[in-house]
Amino acid sequence: MKRALAEIARQPATCVAVLLIAAVVFAAIAAPWLAPFSPDAQPFDGLSLEGAPLPPGYKYWLGTDTLGRDLLSRLLYGARTSLVIGLVANGIAVMIGMIVGVVAGYMSGFVGNALMRFTDLMMAFPALLLAIVLAALLRPSLWIVALVIALVNWVQVARIIYTETRGLVERDFILAERSLGAGHKRILFRHIAPHLLPSAIVWGTLGVATTVLLEATLSFLGVGVQPPQPSWGNIIYESQSYFQAAPWLVFIPGAIILATALSFNLIGDALRDLLDPTQRGRG
Amino acid sequence: MNTKLVKSAAMALVLSGGLTTFARADDAATQGGTIVVTYQDDMATLDPAIGYDWQNWSMINSLFSRLVDYKFGTTEIVPSLADSWTISPDGLVYTFKLSPKAKFTSGRNVTAADVKYSIERSVNPKTQGPAGGFFHSIVGQDKMADGSATTISGIETPDDSTVKFTLTQPDATFLNVLALNFASAVPKEAVEAEGADFGKKPVGSGAFKLDEWAPGQRLVFSRNVDYFRDRPYLDGFKVEIGQEPLVAILRLQKGEVDIAGDGIPPAKYLEIKNSPDAKDLIVDREQFETSYITINTTKKPLDDVRVRKAINMAINKDRIVRIINGRATPASQVLPPLMPGYDKAYKGYPYDVEGAKKLMDEAGLKGGFETTLYAMNTDPNPRIAQAIQQDLAAIGVKAEIKALAQPETIAAGGNKDQAALTWSGGMGWIADFPDPSDFYGPILGCGGAIAGGWNWSWFCDKSFEDRGTKADAMSKPEQKDERFKVWSQIFTDIQSQQAPWAPVFNERRVVAKSKRMGGSDAVYIDPTRVIDYEAIYIKK
Amino acid sequence: MAALLARRVIQAVAVLLGVAVITFVLLHYLPADPAALVAGRSANAQMIANVRHQLGLDLPLPLQFWRYLTGLVRGDLGRSYIQRSEVTTLVVARIPATLILMACGILVEVALGLTLGVIAAVRRNGVVDRTVMMFAFVGVSSPQFVVALLLLYVFAAHLGWFPMSGFGTPAHVVLPALTLGLLGAGWYARMVRSAMIDVLNQDYVRTARAKGLSRARIVLRHALPNALLPIVAMIGIDIGQFMGGVVVVEAVYGWPGIGQLAWQAIQEVDVPIIMGVTLVSSLAIVLANLLADLIAPLLDPRIRVH
Repeated sequence: MKRALAEIARQPATCVAVLLIAAVVFAAIAAPWLAPFSPDAQPFDGLSLEGAPLPPGYKYWLGTDTLGRDLLSRLLYGARTSLVIGLVANGIAVMIGMIVGVVAGYMSGFVGNALMRFTDLMMAFPALLLAIVLAALLRPSLWIVALVIALVNWVQVARIIYTETRGLVERDFILAERSLGAGHKRILFRHIAPHLLPSAIVWGTLGVATTVLLEATLSFLGVGVQPPQPSWGNIIYESQSYFQAAPWLVFIPGAIILATALSFNLIGDALRDLLDPTQRGRG
Repeated sequence: MNTKLVKSAAMALVLSGGLTTFARADDAATQGGTIVVTYQDDMATLDPAIGYDWQNWSMINSLFSRLVDYKFGTTEIVPSLADSWTISPDGLVYTFKLSPKAKFTSGRNVTAADVKYSIERSVNPKTQGPAGGFFHSIVGQDKMADGSATTISGIETPDDSTVKFTLTQPDATFLNVLALNFASAVPKEAVEAEGADFGKKPVGSGAFKLDEWAPGQRLVFSRNVDYFRDRPYLDGFKVEIGQEPLVAILRLQKGEVDIAGDGIPPAKYLEIKNSPDAKDLIVDREQFETSYITINTTKKPLDDVRVRKAINMAINKDRIVRIINGRATPASQVLPPLMPGYDKAYKGYPYDVEGAKKLMDEAGLKGGFETTLYAMNTDPNPRIAQAIQQDLAAIGVKAEIKALAQPETIAAGGNKDQAALTWSGGMGWIADFPDPSDFYGPILGCGGAIAGGWNWSWFCDKSFEDRGTKADAMSKPEQKDERFKVWSQIFTDIQSQQAPWAPVFNERRVVAKSKRMGGSDAVYIDPTRVIDYEAIYIKK
Repeated sequence: MAALLARRVIQAVAVLLGVAVITFVLLHYLPADPAALVAGRSANAQMIANVRHQLGLDLPLPLQFWRYLTGLVRGDLGRSYIQRSEVTTLVVARIPATLILMACGILVEVALGLTLGVIAAVRRNGVVDRTVMMFAFVGVSSPQFVVALLLLYVFAAHLGWFPMSGFGTPAHVVLPALTLGLLGAGWYARMVRSAMIDVLNQDYVRTARAKGLSRARIVLRHALPNALLPIVAMIGIDIGQFMGGVVVVEAVYGWPGIGQLAWQAIQEVDVPIIMGVTLVSSLAIVLANLLADLIAPLLDPRIRVH
């Protein structure tokens, strides 16, 4: 274990990724103290005389948006939104996925089958379209968006957990326990769950990348977190037609989204190498 | 009766003569050529009885003709299908004589029966169009609209070239109504042959005809060589669909596109305005439009007129106009400045935060209150909503923004229990025809204060209704100015006494056209047609 | 085989039915009232009620759904209130464009993914490998809309190498296909790499090398077919991802496919169109999965179908 960790520490990419995530988390927590301005403030000097957003400069370090609000402050507060949604949505998705996957894998027969058919059904939905419809239906707020993303993402986790559970269930030591009269709860909690933990951790981490991207895409399409509450995706949404006139409004948040998703992907990949070296490169 | 006939005929001759002169006024006009117009959204329909969005309005207008029309770029009524008409002294009977030259593109002449059929079709609920209410002054329209009759008794066709309308009461706007697309003549056999697809395969008697429509891609129009009035300049125009406004402008600058139908997106506006080509590329004109915040007068505490006045005083209109790069002028009242009846003396409520706070205090709401602000979710409306939110926060009103798609915003406004404040941007009221009564009925009148209606302030005051009806009964031409004065006073009183609205700005319309396009500004931003396809041309 | 096919087809139909039910129920709770929209600005309550009756919206919900379902069987996806057209007509008119885009996207994915994966596997653990893998990671982590805007900005607006939007010539499809395929290319590159490494480590390969067979031959004859297997398995999930990506890509590039149609429909709350596009997308996903399940055993007899 120690050797594996050392191996990972030697890879510069992963180290950078960890540092970046730490920075994002720090920014999210410390936003009120780090942000030079309020993210909602629309100062009169935030726009040029003709009403155009200002490029990065002395007073507004990363420039201003189309209402004159400071981009840096909005990005810092946006870290909160994107991160909270990413973690919460992913957490819920993993939880639902695990429950469904374990139950389906453990209880063979009608219940197990029905659950997997239901999972197939959910997989047949184009995820983004479903998310758009749900978000439009439920009137997006921070928590609703998180819920929507979770509802759309749990399926992948469920499938994997299901396969693993089925694999475990047929193993000898489980059969042995059963014949000894061990109850379901004992088997589930003491024997199966621990074996699923590595997968949960790996998919939990990789999943954050997906949820961050999905939240950004939903916000970009206008059905995610609604302004004035800032999220990295909705900053781009509000400024998308300005990508020529004010490229900083599109490409700085874009780069941050990319870096965050990338970092989670790298860390998740490293964790997978760590916890289950037989599964390289994603299946 | 006789003097009237002679006078109208004379007027008609002068006007049609004037029409010809106007059309040939500019020597640089060339006959011929085709142009490219772009839009992002596909056309919903080209059926004149149904089409009611600013995208298809001009196209429908160019495909069909009506009894009367407007002189290009103005709000003057001129003959079209009808060569002449007479109005009875009591203002209740209008008789039109059709031009014998009017033909449908299918070949046959337009007859009086066609006119009657077309208007009845527009009113018929089976058509599922929005037009019914406009023809309310014709006798028998109500029975047709609720389905109990299959014809409108007030429209008679004594012979093939005469159409006679009988009204329930004098209506000063009746000619304007007959100039609306909904009154366009359609051939019965074509409608019955195509059924619900008539909107995709329209047949009319207008200046252009539709050659091709590839859904999601393009529509191709070409000149109607048999058009009975002055021929259009262009040989045709091609409409390309699915073009992002930003991309359309980029292509326009390169010369690939001639008219960017969706206008100049805010992101490009400043760049183009400040470029050396600006005056060739941009047409910037006022239109009959007001953008406003409706205040739901039935929701506490907005039912207190002091609160509504405070809201009016809290809005920093100059700042909002700056946010949209100066493409509007701050509004002081309900009517736009171009509209007859605009009260030049009334200045509305000033921007006065302290005064607003005092009023809130008087109303017992020193601590403020929470409310909702609905807006459309296309740029720049969410931004404007956020600016309004900031302004309201300064007087203690915490408004939660709900930016929704247009249909949902409209539904929210039309639901008495839902929207408290609604920003009308993107759905700002543009006059259907250039008359002040159009700014009252659907949006401030009791008739519009229904579920699904457009009177989102739910303002319904009997005394104002009566004054409005009396004004509309003044249908004689010599009463015109006095009538406008009456309307002027009505609107000023509504705002100064009850303040159901907070007018914010009058948006100017900005159209982008390529350098080779010619024609006066008025035909690119026509107050009634949007774009005058019949009057624009390619410069030599 | 026939029994298997029959079972799969029945499962597919059941899934599609489930999709139809869920979408129908969801969409009927959207707040906008289609009758009021159709009746227009100057309508009164009576006219709106008339229109509601015309559109069949006052029937009980199960009955409305039954009407919809029987129409589906006939290939009728309903009629759009707002666009005044048959949904089927609208969808069918736009499907070819989306199919072209998807086909090109898959081409980009597979070509790029295979190439990069093979290069990385053959030169594993070196600088090349690490660079290629980093590129793959970036591809997977990029928000598609930002990539779309970036490519548009640099290659179309600035350099002018490609047209900015629209449909018609091969040049038009390059940027959209690239945007769409970049994400999948990253996935595939990594999968191909690991599949190939697995094969290259096998004994029989070592034996072949010892015998003197050229590297290229080994790669092409033995390793590559193995690498194709996971790609095929992924196609089903891929189509699913594409259906989502297509909405964004078609919107940004003005590509006249069903993604753009879906987006416009959602803006206007056009229920029949949204349902139509969702059903068609689900159909595509289900079919793709079916195809993948059937092809997989052909590629690798070790896979047992359960």
